[in-house]
Order: sequence, then structure tokens, then C-alpha cells
Amino acid sequence: MPSKDQIRAEAARLQAVFQEAGATPVDPDILQPATALLDLYGEDIRARAYVTADPLKGEQMLRPDFTVPVVQMHVANGHSGEARYTYAGEVFRRQEMIEPGRDNEYFQAGMEIIDAADPAAAEAELFVQFSALLSPLKLRAEMGDIGLLAAAVEGLDASDARKAALLRHIWRPRRFRALLDRFAGRAKVPASRTALLRRLESEAPEEIIAAEGLFIGLREPAEVVQRMRTLQEDAETPPLSANQVALIDDLLEIRETPWNALARLRDIAVDLPVLDASLDRLERRLDVMCERGVDLARLEFDTSHGRSTMEYYDGFVFSFSVPGRPDLPPVALGGRYDALTRVLGQGREIPAVGGMVRPGLLLELATEGAK
Amino acid sequence: MSLKLGVPSKGRLMEKTFDWFGARGLDIRRTGSDREYAGAVGGIDGVDLVLLSAGEIPRELNAGRIHLGVTGSDLVRERIPGWESRVEELSRMGFGQADLIIAVPKCWADVDTVEDLDAAASAFRKVHGHRLRIATKYHRLVREYLREMGVADYKLVDSQGATEGTVKNLTAEAVADITSTGETLRANHLKILADGMIHRSQATLFRSKTASWSMAQKAALNELAEMISA
Repeated sequence: MPSKDQIRAEAARLQAVFQEAGATPVDPDILQPATALLDLYGEDIRARAYVTADPLKGEQMLRPDFTVPVVQMHVANGHSGEARYTYAGEVFRRQEMIEPGRDNEYFQAGMEIIDAADPAAAEAELFVQFSALLSPLKLRAEMGDIGLLAAAVEGLDASDARKAALLRHIWRPRRFRALLDRFAGRAKVPASRTALLRRLESEAPEEIIAAEGLFIGLREPAEVVQRMRTLQEDAETPPLSANQVALIDDLLEIRETPWNALARLRDIAVDLPVLDASLDRLERRLDVMCERGVDLARLEFDTSHGRSTMEYYDGFVFSFSVPGRPDLPPVALGGRYDALTRVLGQGREIPAVGGMVRPGLLLELATEGAK
Repeated sequence: MSLKLGVPSKGRLMEKTFDWFGARGLDIRRTGSDREYAGAVGGIDGVDLVLLSAGEIPRELNAGRIHLGVTGSDLVRERIPGWESRVEELSRMGFGQADLIIAVPKCWADVDTVEDLDAAASAFRKVHGHRLRIATKYHRLVREYLREMGVADYKLVDSQGATEGTVKNLTAEAVADITSTGETLRANHLKILADGMIHRSQATLFRSKTASWSMAQKAALNELAEMISA
């Protein structure tokens, strides 16, 4: 096992590489205000981050990652135009379950490219950077693009309410699937919903609510009525056609080398032209990677990649992991997180892509390889 | 060293535990004055009684300071991370039943399932600017359940007692709590979600996997296991 000093030195070496690529070193505080992180991630972050309290500053968290504080710093500085940042330091992760290979504190070194003029080129460049850093290790490289699924949902012949419901659960594959089945009429409607819809045919929503007795809580009667209306509207909406669902299924099944994946996606886009823009961008990303010497034939493109593990990524995603070692976390991962900057940007749309590597794991693997 | 058996130190849970062992030929009783927390085990050799608050038994089992312990299965699941690798269920004892459930105001005529709760949470956050609050003291179990079910836009708020009152007091929109008859929920104008059953708890005899087991302690365990399975 490498010592902490060795890991720190490795993190500094990686940071120097990112600096050479034009990134400014930044050093966010270890204690971060909990509010922003909780608002972004909800309860899931509570399970993963250490929460502590300061009598004056309120709830604080030991930084669970660098991305959020780096973006906050960028927004606070009012910077406009492309900016590149690099960081290196410890992150802290609470463990609620015993997961081998997952440490409570470990080093990350990473780079964020914010507001690049050519987003696809920035994505490719970041990937090339990581690929070069990790090339001696013979890792398994995977990539995907969560933006494709989002674009496909936008392009469905479905009501806005249904699209919004599906988009909200892109990162929760099980609920996404359940909703898709529900909208396609493939899932059994709960008896209580059928009964409610039947009552609504002859009774006013207000009467139904009043019959339940005392109204309590912050959620107002008007909100209950609104949801009843939404349920009624949805019941009157024809089910999503089998063809449409099949398009989503086909898209989610793709797991190929990048060029083959692109060809299959182009086939799907014949029926779902809304995908064209995302596919042009994917093609451009792959072109730049090729130009920069990445051997794409050794890469895997998976349309579902990062959906359940990388919650804030909403476009291009990538990871490098050790083949045959599911017990180890990825050595490096990253992706595009425009949705996150939309929330943190106070109304400003700031495209951003970033990635991080675990110097500790990198060293460990390098020593193993040398033996 | 004797095998250490941890049992609840007071109340109905203690009495029922004593009765349960008694029916299986193990005479467990408190000794000394009413106020002294001391006890004895008859009908078997090499077993020491440790009287503890039921809430502390999971911690003691996890630390390996007791070999066996009687407590609610809800407490073990909530308080021992990766509980299956730390303790083993020897016997479900058939009393102390309580269900950990999710309940919402009865007046929410539009909400009956976890799917409805998720949809309501989404709309609620847009209207009120904050996540829908669920009051509970079972943070881990509730969070794992809602993650598994794919619920978003909620947050847990801690409530260590009188949880059913939080909705009326406007400190939460829903609750996740233990109930046996549902009486308190109904009295507080709440209803249980149709698929809101998180865990069916009951008093359970657990064996610690982290305690050190000497030959004598193993022998005592075998004898005890034979008595309770007979």
C-alpha cells in the first residue's frame, strides 16, 4: 500500500499535468456549507457525506467531492468565458454499508473545463488527457452519453407531463422503467387510482377531499386537486405506442465500440430525428478523440453508462476501471454536468465538463503492475 | 468465561422475553431488588444474563461484547451497517411485532402508493421551494427503501418521538414510523401507503458474529440452540 506522502506526491504530479493543460490550481475548503449540497443531491448525499454543525455557520459537510465547490467559486468570481481549474486533495465519504475497496477518505486529483467555446472538443480533450495519464495501466475504458436518453425522451410522442416525469427519473433506472411501463399501458394501474378516477367522474375533487376528514399539513387542498386533475388528464391520454417504447429500449441496449454504437444510434434517429443534434455532437467528440490518437476500437460505448452511479452527469460520461476487479472503485471518472451548473449558476447557463482520478488507487495498481 | 446473553431490562419486552425462554426450559429472572439490574439463568450452565436497554443491544452485539441478544429486528437493521455480516438471526420470537411504514395525511386523496408520493413530492417542491419532508427516527431504513423505490425530491427530518404529530404541526409532510395497530396514525389523521411497508419488525434472538467464541461458549450456544429449537 502506498503511503499518504506518496499519494500526496502522486496527486501533485497529476495536478501539474492538468496545470500544463491550462488549468488554474484551486484549493476549496474541506468544510462546505451543507445547504447547497443537500439541495442538489437530497437525502442520498446525507448517506454519503459527513455532516457536522457549526454554531455560527450552521450545517456543514466535509467535502464529498470538488466539483460543487469549484463551480461555486467560478460563479462567485463572476468569470465569463472559458475557465479551467485543477484540484488535488482529500474527499470524505461516509459508508452506510460495508463496501470493500471504498475508503472513507481518499485523494482525488481532477480538472474541470467550464464554459468552453466548443463543448464537444472540450469533452474529447478531457478524455484524451485522462486516457494518456492512465494508458500504462491497461484499464477498461467506458463511455456513454446521458444526453441521448434525455433527447430521446424529449422527442417522444408523449404529453409534456409524461416527458417531465421521465426526465426527472433519468438517474433512477428502476423508477424510469416503471413510469415508461405505466405510460405505455403495460403496468397494472393501482386499484386505488382506478377507484379515484371513477369517483372523479361524478364527484368534485373538493368533495372527495372533504370526505376524508380534517385537512392537515403544509400541502394545500389546491395541490391535491391539481394532482387529481393531472391524474385525470393522464388517464385520458392515449398510451405511449409500442414503437416509441421500443425506440427507448433499443437505445438503452446499445453497448458497442463507439463507431458501431453511433451507427446503431443513427438508425434509431431515423424514427427519432430529435437525436440528430446529440449524435452530431457525439460524432464530433469521437472525431476529435481519433485525431488525438485514442484507439476507439478498445473503448466501450454504453448508453446506460453512469445513469445510476454518476447522479449529476447529464451528457458525455466516462470511466476507467480495472478489468475483472468489480471490488475496486473506478480509477477515474468524469463527464458533463450542465444540470448542476444550471442550479449553481443562479440562472446562468454554464456548460461544464470535468473528471477526477484516484491517485491512491493509481499508485497501488502501478506498484502491482511493477511486481 | 460464560456466554453472555443480552435481554431487555424492563417492561413488556423483558417479561415476554423471560416467558419465551421459560417456555423452552430456560429459567431467566431478575435477581436482587426491583431496582438492581442483575439476573440469573437457570436450566443451562455457562450462560450469563446481561440486562440492557433494548436500544443498546444492537450496539453491544455489533461490538461483540455480548454473544446473544434479544431486540427488535428494526433496531438491528437501522443501527448496524451491513447487519447480515455482523449478526445472525437465530430465532424470530413471535412478539413485539411492529411495522415500519410510511404514512401521509388521510386528506391526500390523490396519494395511495409510493409512486403517488414521488409525484406529489415533485409538485410540492415546485410549489413550496423545498423538498417534501418525511419525519422519522429510522433514517437508514427509510432512505434505503425510498432509494430502492426510486423516490426523489424528499428529505428526512429527525423525529425522536410524537412523530405522528409532525404533519399537523407543519414540521413534516409525511412520516415513517413504527406502528402495531395503526391507532395513533388514525388519531392523527394519517393513513399508511398501500406499498409503504418498509420492515415488519418483531423481537428476535440474534447471535453476534463479531464476539469471540471459546469452546465452552460454543458448547453453551449449542445447548441453548437445541433447547430453543425443540
